Amino acid sequence: MTAVLNARDLTRHYLVYRGLFKGYATVQALNGVSFELEAGKTLAVVGESGCGKSTLARALTLIEEPTAGSLQIAGQEVAGADRQERKQLRRDVQMVFQNPYASLNPRQKIGDQLAEPLTINTSESRGERREKVQTMMQKVGLRPEHYQRYPHMFSGGQRQRIALARAMMLNPKVLVADEPTSALDVSIQAQVLNLFMDLQEAFNTAYVFISHNLAVVQHVADDVLVMYLGRPAEMGPNELIYARPLHPYTKALLSATPTIHPDPAKPKIKIAGELPNPLNPPSGCAFHKRCPYATERCSVEIPPLRPLDGRHVACHHAEQINA
Amino acid sequence: MNSPVAVLAHSHRAPPAPVPAVHDGTDARQEPAMSLLSIKNLSVRFGGRDAVPVVDGLDLTVNAGEVLAIVGESGSGKSVTMMALMGLVEAPGIVTADRLEFDGTDMLTLKGRQRRHIVGKDLAMIFQDPMTALNPSFTIGYQIEEVLRQHLGLRGRAARQRAQQLLERVEIPGAASRLDAYPHQLSGGMSQRVAIAMAIAAEPKLLIADEPTTALDVTIQAQIMDLLLDLQRDQGMGLVLITHDLAVVAETANRVCVMYAGEAVELGQVPRLFNAPTHPYTEALLKAIPEHSQGARRLSTLPGIVPGRYDRPQGCLLSPRCPYVTDHCRAQRPTLDPHPFGAVRCFYPLNLTEVTR
Repeated sequence: MTAVLNARDLTRHYLVYRGLFKGYATVQALNGVSFELEAGKTLAVVGESGCGKSTLARALTLIEEPTAGSLQIAGQEVAGADRQERKQLRRDVQMVFQNPYASLNPRQKIGDQLAEPLTINTSESRGERREKVQTMMQKVGLRPEHYQRYPHMFSGGQRQRIALARAMMLNPKVLVADEPTSALDVSIQAQVLNLFMDLQEAFNTAYVFISHNLAVVQHVADDVLVMYLGRPAEMGPNELIYARPLHPYTKALLSATPTIHPDPAKPKIKIAGELPNPLNPPSGCAFHKRCPYATERCSVEIPPLRPLDGRHVACHHAEQINA
Repeated sequence: MNSPVAVLAHSHRAPPAPVPAVHDGTDARQEPAMSLLSIKNLSVRFGGRDAVPVVDGLDLTVNAGEVLAIVGESGSGKSVTMMALMGLVEAPGIVTADRLEFDGTDMLTLKGRQRRHIVGKDLAMIFQDPMTALNPSFTIGYQIEEVLRQHLGLRGRAARQRAQQLLERVEIPGAASRLDAYPHQLSGGMSQRVAIAMAIAAEPKLLIADEPTTALDVTIQAQIMDLLLDLQRDQGMGLVLITHDLAVVAETANRVCVMYAGEAVELGQVPRLFNAPTHPYTEALLKAIPEHSQGARRLSTLPGIVPGRYDRPQGCLLSPRCPYVTDHCRAQRPTLDPHPFGAVRCFYPLNLTEVTR
């Protein structure tokens, strides 16, 4: 099977004006991220705020151009695509946002909002559009009478269903979901996650699922990409990473995640400090200042992402730590 | 570790490890003479005397040095309960209670000036969003010193020194230089630390933390929860943790109050409540967590949503969503009844078969 999404060394830097006499600085929001994603599979991207998760989402959805690197959607190279090709590419990649209260137009009826992707991208008649919208509404668990209603009449969970329905209207190849359930309560989160899984099964869509909730990620993901300050720290199959994380940052993240049945035999790994300032990243490995295993080499040399034990790890000492 | 799902399923038959005789104040009939905070039949309404209550007949006690968690979904009334206690519910909101007593003082009849002597000193609160809890126009040093001036009468250098000590206590690096920083110069985690420093400045007897880590990343969340528990043990404070994150509760609290649509539906001890929930709502909440569905493609869900103002059921508030519902549940509202391990508001409580009620 070929990959529907193929990113190689995806990089996005921002120039930030620091004031009259300080000039410009570069924020390396995204630095050399590579992955392949097949149809019907889910890649989860995890990391703390500021690690580049959302920048990656913006690059994948063609909202922003990557500074360097290549991105192929369904075999089509994004860089250098002309207007017409880009229009088609945008149909193939859709997005669901974090806050369902902000991502729906408050003045437009639900039916019209769901039909809008069709109005813009297809030449279907009003009747056909309406029929398609109704079918989709049924699929995501909305009732036919909801067609004429406005967003404020819905709860957060229902709004996220609407947002998901809108993203699926054009039957995209890739769906990028940026923290889609973090604004929802536990019981509603479960309903929406189930809907995500059902739709993936029905349409064979590839998901890029961005989240900071590792329990949710473990449930939905096939592959996991852990990011730290714009760089991949560890990437590989879900089961491998959760069963035996190799990168010290992945270990710390998993250990810091609270669980219902805490294991007293497993002491928590504590990491001190916060994410470093991206305007002034530490030399060498970006994690070395918080890492309990850091050596001199870590503060000098940036560790490359290298294959190890069935996944990829960016750590000089991965073998010694996990020996 | 055996699968948590299996634990839930089995617990109907197999009784969990014997629990020591409980004398924990969860018993609603027990006279809470020693408790720091004692709430009896608290109701909060918005929109007139006969409006639907946001908090309905809540009984709650918190003992000194105890960590009590209040969990529930948005709109279940967990925050409003604590706001009522602090006198932060303003007209047209109506607060009624048989008793609302903190450390021997009746908070219900207290007038403004007296209330301000207690709130912020013996009774302090931390809010969810640290960025908005701090005043952007003043340095954090000034804001901490304000508490010290108001409640401890400290001035000048003494106040500044104490403020610096407090910043060191909440583990802010470079505390001395941070005193002159403005809130916008701090990260979310740092701002929350400052908010905690302000809250503990006057060594409160009870600290209320309303979703203290919801806005923070997991690694920072772990740091802040560690700090809060450390302070709580250090100073012997009572801590009320309001949250919707059951995993955080499982790792930190001694006792839990589960709220649903303004009512307390279950009171219990940790970890018993997580191993053998007695209310169907608690059970459903636990099952809905992805952690409990490892390997399964679908998560177990509770259908529907929390009843609103206009579709409030006549009987049990959970009856439209409850998998165990009967006609009796639809007709009558259950009361919160004590059992040996806590209390539950259900006609057919789970996991209590071995116990004579």
